[in-house]
Amino acid sequence: MTNHENFKTLDERKESIICNSKFENRNIKCDTNSVSGAVSQRACVYCGARVVLNPITDAYHIVHGPIGCASYTWDIRGSLSSGEEVYRNSFSTDLREQDIIFGGEKKLSNAIDEIVNRYNPKLIFVYATCVVGVIGDDIEAVCKRAQEKYGIEIIPVQSSGFAGNKKSGYKAGCNAILNLISRYPKHKKEFGINYLGDFNLAGEIWIIKNYLKKIGVPIITKLTGDSSFEEITKATKASLNIVQCAGSMVYLAKQLEKKYGIPYIKVSFVGIEDTINSLRNIAKQLGNKEVIDNVEKFISVQKKKFEKELSYYKKRLYGKSAAIYVGGGFKAISLIKQFKELGMKTVMVGTQTGSQDEYDLIKSLTDEGTVILDDANPTELEMFIKEKGADVLVGGVKERPLAYKLGIAFFDHNHERKHPLSGFEGAINFAKELDITVNSPVWEYVKKEGEKDVKKKFYKFEYESV
Amino acid sequence: MSKRNFTNLNMNPCKMCMPMGAAIAFKGIEGCMMLLHGSQGCSTYIRRHIATHYNEPMDIASSSLNEKGTIYGGARDLKKGLKNLIKLYNPQIIGISTTCLAETIGEDIDNIVKDFIEEENIKDIQFITASTPGYGGSHYEGYYYALRKIVEHQTNISYPNNTLNIIVGNISPANVRQIKKWLKDFGIQYTLLPDISNTLDAPFNNSYKKITPGGTSLEDIKKMSGAKATIEIGLFVPEKYSPGKYLEDTYGVPLYRCPLPIGIENTDYFFNILSEISEKEIPQEYLEERGRMLDAMIDSHKYNSEGKATIFGDPEIVYAITKLCMENGIEPRIVATGTKSDLLKKMLIEDLCQKNYNSVVLENADFDTIHSYIKKNSINLLIGHSDGKFIEEKENIPLIRIGFPIHDRVGGQRLLTIGYEGSTRLLDTITNTLLQRKYSSYRSDLYRRYYLTSVDYSELK
Ligand code: SF4
Ligand code: SF4
Repeated sequence: MTNHENFKTLDERKESIICNSKFENRNIKCDTNSVSGAVSQRACVYCGARVVLNPITDAYHIVHGPIGCASYTWDIRGSLSSGEEVYRNSFSTDLREQDIIFGGEKKLSNAIDEIVNRYNPKLIFVYATCVVGVIGDDIEAVCKRAQEKYGIEIIPVQSSGFAGNKKSGYKAGCNAILNLISRYPKHKKEFGINYLGDFNLAGEIWIIKNYLKKIGVPIITKLTGDSSFEEITKATKASLNIVQCAGSMVYLAKQLEKKYGIPYIKVSFVGIEDTINSLRNIAKQLGNKEVIDNVEKFISVQKKKFEKELSYYKKRLYGKSAAIYVGGGFKAISLIKQFKELGMKTVMVGTQTGSQDEYDLIKSLTDEGTVILDDANPTELEMFIKEKGADVLVGGVKERPLAYKLGIAFFDHNHERKHPLSGFEGAINFAKELDITVNSPVWEYVKKEGEKDVKKKFYKFEYESV
Repeated sequence: MSKRNFTNLNMNPCKMCMPMGAAIAFKGIEGCMMLLHGSQGCSTYIRRHIATHYNEPMDIASSSLNEKGTIYGGARDLKKGLKNLIKLYNPQIIGISTTCLAETIGEDIDNIVKDFIEEENIKDIQFITASTPGYGGSHYEGYYYALRKIVEHQTNISYPNNTLNIIVGNISPANVRQIKKWLKDFGIQYTLLPDISNTLDAPFNNSYKKITPGGTSLEDIKKMSGAKATIEIGLFVPEKYSPGKYLEDTYGVPLYRCPLPIGIENTDYFFNILSEISEKEIPQEYLEERGRMLDAMIDSHKYNSEGKATIFGDPEIVYAITKLCMENGIEPRIVATGTKSDLLKKMLIEDLCQKNYNSVVLENADFDTIHSYIKKNSINLLIGHSDGKFIEEKENIPLIRIGFPIHDRVGGQRLLTIGYEGSTRLLDTITNTLLQRKYSSYRSDLYRRYYLTSVDYSELK
C-alpha cells in the first residue's frame, strides 16, 4: 500500500487494494466473498446467471422465489432481439409466507403448467433464489417431472444468491447452456464459429455479425445475445468459438472444447486496436487464405472511414484522466486500452469480479501510481477519485450519482446502454460520449461552487451603456 | 374479475419487496445508515433501484450472508457488518432490516443487536430493527412498517407539546418540501416523518457527505408521543404497520388518516385538517391556488372528457389519482395496484359506483393482467410509475410517470404533484397529453373517416 498507509478503509479491505508501483509486488486479493458491512457494489449469483441466460429471446425465465428478485431484474438490460420478445417478461412464483413454511415446489410446478397451457414454450429456465435454497425445494426434480410431462426443455438454474458471488452465477448460467446443448446429438462440423459472451446490448452483436459476414465467416450460434432455443442446439457444428466477455463465458468455452473438441480464442471488439487484432486472430485461427485477405481489406477501409472523426475527439480528450469501476476484469482491460488510444490516462481501476491474471494484466497496462482495487465500496471510490483527481468515472448505474455528487464527468458502462460500444462504430460512440460528458459546459458552473468567495460565485453581468 | 391471469405466477410485477420500502423510510432519518441482514444481492438491487429514481448515491450495507452464515446462523456476519459500517460511516443511527433469507433461517435480529451493543459497549449509536421479509409484503407495507418501528423504538411517554406529527407516504422530495411549506404557512410546529426532502434530493455543493444532511431528527421523533395530533398520509396502511395508530394506541395522540392530497377534494380535506388542528384560517395564498385550480379544471374540462385512463401503482397514489380523474371527467377505466389491499378495492368501487363508472379494479395485480384488460378496453392514457413503459411501448399509449420508481425519465424526485398547485400541474400534464394525441391525429382521422368512405345514398331514399 506504499503511499496510502493512512487512508481510511477497513482492515479486511486493505489487501484488495494495491497501488501500481515498481516497489510493490504484492498480489491483489480477489475472487472472495464480499466483506460484511463494506457496502459492496456487487450483486448476487442469481444476477450473474440472469446476465448470461436472459438474452435468449424465446426462453421463458421463471424466477422461483419472492417477488423482489424478479421485480428488480425485469427488463433492465438492453439486449435486443431480431425475433421473439418473450425474454423481456418477468415471471415470478411470488412466494409468500405460506410457501416459505410449506415449501414452494407445488407452486412452481403449477406455474410451469400455467405457462405451458397459455403459451407454447420450447425452453424454460427456472432460477433458484436464496430462500429456495434454504426451504429445500428440489427444483431439479420439479423441472424433470414437468419436462417428461410436456416434452419440452425445462432447465433448472442453481443460482441461490448466497452460494457464491456473481461469478458463480455466470458459471450456473453456462452450466444451464451446456445442459441444453448436451441434450442434442453432436453435429457434424461446419465452417463457421460460435460467438460467446456478447449479449447484444444496443445491437452490438449485429455490428460484429456484419463484420464477420464481410470477411466471410458465418456465425452458427450466438451466446447469448439475440439467440434462440434452436440456435443454441446447433452450437456443436462450429469449428471455432470466439469469446468476448471472458469473465462470464470462458468457462463455457473450455467445456465446449473438452466435450465437443471446439477450440476457442478470446477476442474483444471494444476499441479499434482490439477490434483489429481480434479480426486478424479469427482469420488466423480459421487458417483460410481468403478470409485473411478479406480482413486486411476490411480493416483498411474501416480505418479510413473513422479516422477523421476519431482524431477530432482525440484532440478534445487529450491528457484527461479516467477512473474505472466496472463489473469484470475483461471490461476494465479494454477500457484502459481505449483510453490509451484516445491519449487519456487511467488513474484508478477497479472491478467487481476480476481475476488474478486480469489484475496482473491491468497492472502491466497502467502507469506508476494507478490505484487498483477489487470489490470496492463507495467510500474507497470517493477517496481515490478525489485523491487522483480523475476527470471522469466509468461505471454502472450505482456509481453514476456518486460521480455527479463529486462534480465529475461520468461514462455509463452498464447493461442498460442504448448505444453500442463495439467495433469501429462503438469506438466513435465511446469517444463521443466521453467528449459530451468531460467537456460539458455544466462543469464550469459546478466548479464555481467550490470557491469560497461568494461574490465570485455569482455571475456578473456587465451592461454596456447605449 | 380481479384475479390475475396466472394463479401461481406473477408476470411482470407491479410491486417491489418490503425492505425496499424500509430503505426509503430509513433514508429520511437524520444521521441514519441502513444495513440489510441477508444476502448481498438484495441490497445491491435495492440500491440500484433507488439510485436510478432519485439520482442520489444510495448506500446500504449488507451483512453479505454466505453459505456458512446461512447454515450456522448469521450473527457473526451481522455483527461484523455493523462494526464495519460504523467504521466507514460513523452514523448516529443504524436501521437494520432483513431480507427473505435472514427471515427464513430464523434470524433474531433484536437479540443479535442487543448482544452486539453489549459486547462492543456502544453508547452513542441508536439501533432500530425492522423485520422485513420480502415475502411478507410489498414495499408499501415495508415503508410504513419501518416508520412504525422507528416510532416504537424511539418514543416514550413524554410531556404534551404543541407539535403536530405528520407521517408522509412514499412521495417525492419535492412534495415533502411542499408539505413543509404549508405547515410553516399555517404556523404549525411539526415533526415530519420521514423527511427525505434533502437526503434524497440534495443540492449540489462541493462537500459531498456520505450521510446526506437532513432527515427527521431523533429529538423530534422523541417528541411525537406528546404531540397534539398525528396526520398520517396513508389510508390503506394495515393497522399493525401504522405508526400513527401506534401513537394513538400507546400515547393517546389523536390520529387523522388522510389520502394523498391530490385532486381538489383530497386537498380540501387536508387543508381542513390543518386548519382545524392549528385553529387558523386557511391562508389566502392557498385559497387563491384553489381558485386557480378550479379555473384550470374549467379550462380543460372538455379535453379531459376524452380521457380513458388506466391507473396503477401504490394504493395511496392510485386512490388519489383516481379521484383527480373522476373530478375532471377523465374515466378511470382500469385501476390497479400490485399490493394486496381489500380496503382500497372496496373504497374505490364505492367511489366509482357513486359516479356511475363501471371500472375494473384490481388489487394484488401484475402488469400482465393489467395489460390484458387494457387490450380489451380502449384506453388512451396510462398514469403510474415507469414499469408501465412496457405497455406504453407495446400498445402505443402515452404513460404519464408519477410515483415510484421512475427509471426512464429524469426528475422523479422533483415532481410536484400534491396540493392545489401540484394537482393543477399534474392535471395540465394529463390534459396536454390528451391534446397532443388529438392534434397529431385529427386531420388524418377525419380524412379517413369522411373523405375516404363514400356516402351511401340509398339510405337517403
Ligand atoms: S424479495 Fe426477498 S429475497 Fe428477493 S430481493 Fe426482496 S428481500 Fe431479497
Ligand atoms: S434473494 Fe438472493 S437471489 Fe434474490 S436478489 Fe437477493 S441475493 Fe439475489
